[in-house]
Amino acid sequence: MKKLFGRPEGLTSTLLRYCPGCGHGIVHRIIGELLVELNIRERAIGIAPVGCSVFADEYFNCDMIQPPHGRGPAVSTGIKRVRPDCIVFSYQGDGDLAAIGTAEIIHAGARNENITIVFINNAIFGMTGGQLAPTTLPGMKSTTSVNGRDVKKQGYPMKVCELLAALDGPYYLERCAVDTPKNVIKTKKALKRAFKNQMDNKGFSLIEILSMCPTGWGQTPVQAKKWIGEVMAQYYPLGVYRDRAKEEK
Amino acid sequence: MNKANKAEKKLMYGNHALVEGVIHAGCRFFAGYPITPQNEIPEFMSIRMNEEGGVFVQTESEIAAINMLFGAAAAGKRAMTSSSSPGISLMQEGISYIAGADLPVLVVNVIRGGPGLGNIAPAQSDYYQATRGGGHGDYFTITLAPYSAQDLFEFPRLAFELAEKYRNPALIVADGILGQMMEPVEFSYEPIDPESLPEPEWALSGCKGRERRVVRSYDLRPGKLEALNHQRTKKYEEIKKKEQRFDALECDDADIVIVAYGTCARVCSAVIKMARSKGYKVGLLRPITLWPFPADVLADLSKKVEHFLVVEMNCGQMIDDVKLATECRSKISFHGRPGGGVPTPPEVLEKVEAILGGEK
Ligand SMILES: Cc1ncc(C[n+]2csc(CCOP(=O)(O)OP(=O)(O)O)c2C)c(N)n1
Ligand code: SF4
Repeated sequence: MKKLFGRPEGLTSTLLRYCPGCGHGIVHRIIGELLVELNIRERAIGIAPVGCSVFADEYFNCDMIQPPHGRGPAVSTGIKRVRPDCIVFSYQGDGDLAAIGTAEIIHAGARNENITIVFINNAIFGMTGGQLAPTTLPGMKSTTSVNGRDVKKQGYPMKVCELLAALDGPYYLERCAVDTPKNVIKTKKALKRAFKNQMDNKGFSLIEILSMCPTGWGQTPVQAKKWIGEVMAQYYPLGVYRDRAKEEK
Repeated sequence: MNKANKAEKKLMYGNHALVEGVIHAGCRFFAGYPITPQNEIPEFMSIRMNEEGGVFVQTESEIAAINMLFGAAAAGKRAMTSSSSPGISLMQEGISYIAGADLPVLVVNVIRGGPGLGNIAPAQSDYYQATRGGGHGDYFTITLAPYSAQDLFEFPRLAFELAEKYRNPALIVADGILGQMMEPVEFSYEPIDPESLPEPEWALSGCKGRERRVVRSYDLRPGKLEALNHQRTKKYEEIKKKEQRFDALECDDADIVIVAYGTCARVCSAVIKMARSKGYKVGLLRPITLWPFPADVLADLSKKVEHFLVVEMNCGQMIDDVKLATECRSKISFHGRPGGGVPTPPEVLEKVEAILGGEK
């Protein structure tokens, strides 16, 4: 009998510990598939963040490192510079990348470091209990903004793709989502391009992925998927923010 | 530029000797952020790494620098950074993670006056930070204290070898005087070809033909971290037993032994000469490793030496270690110049004479 669907070799057999409806698992699967499809599993080095996906070092079936909160881009730089033949990817949440690690991501982008960044934007700190993130939407409730984010007190959310697109350095920036099958397919396509850029020594690619956190948002998985399309993607428009491959043509 | 062959002697700045030592040791990765008084190190390093085909990254911060080291070391390569006190404080997060991941790296601290922004004058006030771990958690860093340009050339290799043997971060602590001092340096060993260094069995390099490897500093399984920390403590005990290094000058018949490292040891070696010419029996014990502290030799000395004089460019941080080592058998005095002051030979001699004259 032909096997049509199974766990990709790019993932270990460890069961993912994410909440039901969480977007992390979907993105993990995509990366697991790509490591095999692009034949890069045996030369990949993955960087796990600090956040719900800290255990990514157990999930991806390749060499992995778990650095301090937010420092993935710096650790990636160190690895890539001494092992240019390896494919280095840093997997990061919005707290990790857009709060504590803001300097590291901006400067890795400015250097056009030849690495791939997978940026999970779920608009909240998942792991520590649903606190306000730099990406929390205006009016959105969190455990440290119980009446909703008040931009007068808590400032405005950070739009990471737009921010990085203001720099000359980055090679490829795209915002995707994993709320619908169509968007999942698009996300996979974008991540594939991001890895390919690195294989072709093109430089820095970051794929921002709007991702469900039903637990942090206090929603059901179905509500959370809807909320991404109806609310979140309105504030964070999907699309390509930098594509130097096209500009070069 | 300053390429030199074995046995060739060259007049060099301490900072340049250090850079040559790092290159000779087979290190081809430097990441760092400018801070006085160590800027000659990254400046010269940028030139030398370029010549040697190595990596030089001027980072956005010390936090980024130490984390780049974390990555390069996890990939199995010799990696180093240098900074000065405020920058080293920022690096402590990364150093703790590197210690928690059992990786070797070299961190050079050209100490300046503190706390805070302090000043850029030479100091030894980061002694506690260097010898007590520095960041969070149960760990220690192997800490070497050079006192000449020759040491600055030779210690990087020693630091990498110790760091790799014990899978532990190593520090070299110096100060602005050592870095700016010009001295003859003998290129005392053949340069190590980085390609000749074997890939460590834990290095991340892509899992082709082997099981995947994971570098991490956490373990959430019940009891596992506790066991790991006990295991590391055993490693630290072994380092303490085997790696104490020191230099003893005229200690055999001494009534007073001065304990001083780095620039202070340099000053005090002049004091010994002055004191001996006056007929005073004074010796100098120079710790080369500040951690592990050369406690055994001090314990032995304390059985016959009545008085120790600790001389430091701080408010008296090493006194604790001398007291612990000597188990308070002998009297201990202190002469310190904090905040960028440097003790002069006459003022230390005066202190020696005061002790001999009966000052407690
Ligand atoms: C230096 C430091 N500060 C704070 C924390 C606590 N912490 C752990 S995860 C996290 C936020 C994670 O949020 P995010 O990156 O958005 O990932 P998510 O959990 O939502 O997937 C924080 C603040 C830490 N581990 N280290
Ligand atoms: S808290 Fe949110 S991000 Fe974390 S696992 Fe649960 S759903 Fe996913």
